[in-house]
Amino acid sequence: MGMTMTQKILAHHAGLDHVKPGDLIKAKLDLVLGNDVTTPVAMEQFHKIGVQEVFDREKIAIVPDHFTPNKDIKSAQQCKSVREFAKKYKIKNYFEIGQMGIEHALIPEKGLVVPGDVVIGADSHTCTYGALGAFSTGVGSTDMAAGMATGEAWFKVPEAIKFELTGKLKPWVSGKDVILHIIGKIGVDGALYKSMEFTGDGLGNLSMDDRFTMANMAIEAGAKNGIFEVDEKTIEYVKEHSQREYTIYKADDDAQYCKVYKIDLGLIKPTVAFPHLPENTRTIDEVGDIPIDQVVIGSCTNGRIEDLRAAAKILEGRKVHPFVRTIIFPATQKIYLQAMEEGLLKIFIEAGAVVSTPTCGPCLGGHMGILAEGERAVATTNRNFVGRMGHPKSEVYLASPAVAAASAVTGKISSPEEVVK
Amino acid sequence: MIRGKVIKYGDNVDTDVIIPARYLNTFDPKELAAHCMEDLDSTFVDRVRSGDIMVAGNNFGCGSSREHAPIAIKASGISCIIACSFARIFYRNAINIGLPIIESPEAATDIQEGHEVEVDIVEGSIKNHTTGKIYKGTPFPEFMQEIMKADGLINYVKERMTKE
Repeated sequence: MGMTMTQKILAHHAGLDHVKPGDLIKAKLDLVLGNDVTTPVAMEQFHKIGVQEVFDREKIAIVPDHFTPNKDIKSAQQCKSVREFAKKYKIKNYFEIGQMGIEHALIPEKGLVVPGDVVIGADSHTCTYGALGAFSTGVGSTDMAAGMATGEAWFKVPEAIKFELTGKLKPWVSGKDVILHIIGKIGVDGALYKSMEFTGDGLGNLSMDDRFTMANMAIEAGAKNGIFEVDEKTIEYVKEHSQREYTIYKADDDAQYCKVYKIDLGLIKPTVAFPHLPENTRTIDEVGDIPIDQVVIGSCTNGRIEDLRAAAKILEGRKVHPFVRTIIFPATQKIYLQAMEEGLLKIFIEAGAVVSTPTCGPCLGGHMGILAEGERAVATTNRNFVGRMGHPKSEVYLASPAVAAASAVTGKISSPEEVVK
Repeated sequence: MIRGKVIKYGDNVDTDVIIPARYLNTFDPKELAAHCMEDLDSTFVDRVRSGDIMVAGNNFGCGSSREHAPIAIKASGISCIIACSFARIFYRNAINIGLPIIESPEAATDIQEGHEVEVDIVEGSIKNHTTGKIYKGTPFPEFMQEIMKADGLINYVKERMTKE
């Protein structure tokens, strides 16, 4: 029986010729990642193991991005402990405020993941790097600790769902709309324990930023990982960002999938996920009249340069609604700088939006844009669970940067076409 | 053997409601337990008793990878979670920190709030003492049982690294 992309990568990293779904394997890790919320727990667990050093100081990345710049004294203490750990164990890829960015935008930008890698991260959106043709998955702090000590992790080899993409996205439609459409279709547990493998002729019509967004939200369908077949665009991205050697794994022709979905990108419309699950999707024409109080554009899902460009296209020469707080977060310092050089920041500020330092802040209700009781936000983030962005009785509507920017202008959830005529 | 009274929830209980991010500036189990389930059920903290069993529907623990979620549940006194299915990161985390969990759609659907339930993790069996019904859950593979026996992944890794 043939293997999927994921199965091939796992087999290779476990030193096996062949694996099948359900096999329990131990795989060698190319990168172990943590942030300021999950690393403190991992450090405590790591110390309990009693080893004197980490397995490879170059294969660990620590990014303080959640409650940074420190939002309160307790967060500052956590960040301090993480910083001291990074110094003590000479962690090469520790990124301090000023260098850092939101981890899942930063790690690929720094060239720390290449096709064929196996990556674990103590953050659920670690699945983002599947966009590069790597096996990459979120774990908890204890797995991170064991990974830092041993350089290995145990996995149950997953089955896969194949998504065959065809066609080309319409104007104002992006990777975010595609992945929301898919989650709406298969549900928040539609890919539970499984791989989501993206392939097909349409792949070439998706930018790397679109792919990062889509792989990022594989976890919102319950998936173990999302992975994209490597093509010229992937290679170009990797060569631009990394010196490391890479391996391309293609699924065998006779690989088994538990389901195959054919998706025509040309048929996808701007899509919004209503509270309180990412599967509660409606296309923009079915949304109705939903007034909003806040717009958040950014996060590990949609804080990349193309996302900012899409928002700027709509906000250029316009003003945000006087009662809509519009908060824009470039995901990394590099993206921030690029946005500045391209004049995007000027457009945002003149439109009446605020531009923030990179942070996960509002996405998880940490800081920098918390909602009060009864308030509604349109966000380009990834989760709209109860209380996710603040008060348990607030609401988050997930959408693309274009829809979020259009909504900021009108004060209610709106189609980009409604604003840019 | 685990035995306790049931507290029941529905589908897709996410880690944001198990422990909201506003409390993640600490990982002290007691502090986390004081806010466990807060945004879903504000009565949980007051009514949970040591040994109680949590029963839930599909995709329990979906969302964030925060290990603070199973830590909070464990520290609140819950002895075991029975669910139709678990989100995979939560599943790993629970095993890794030694919080017993068991998948059984039939048991998780039948068993109701307040029932008295007994669980045998090794056998994967569940007995409802209130109704007398017995269910067969999915037993853990041997490898995971070893982790559970060692009271979590850290001890398991430590034992193996010492041997090597």
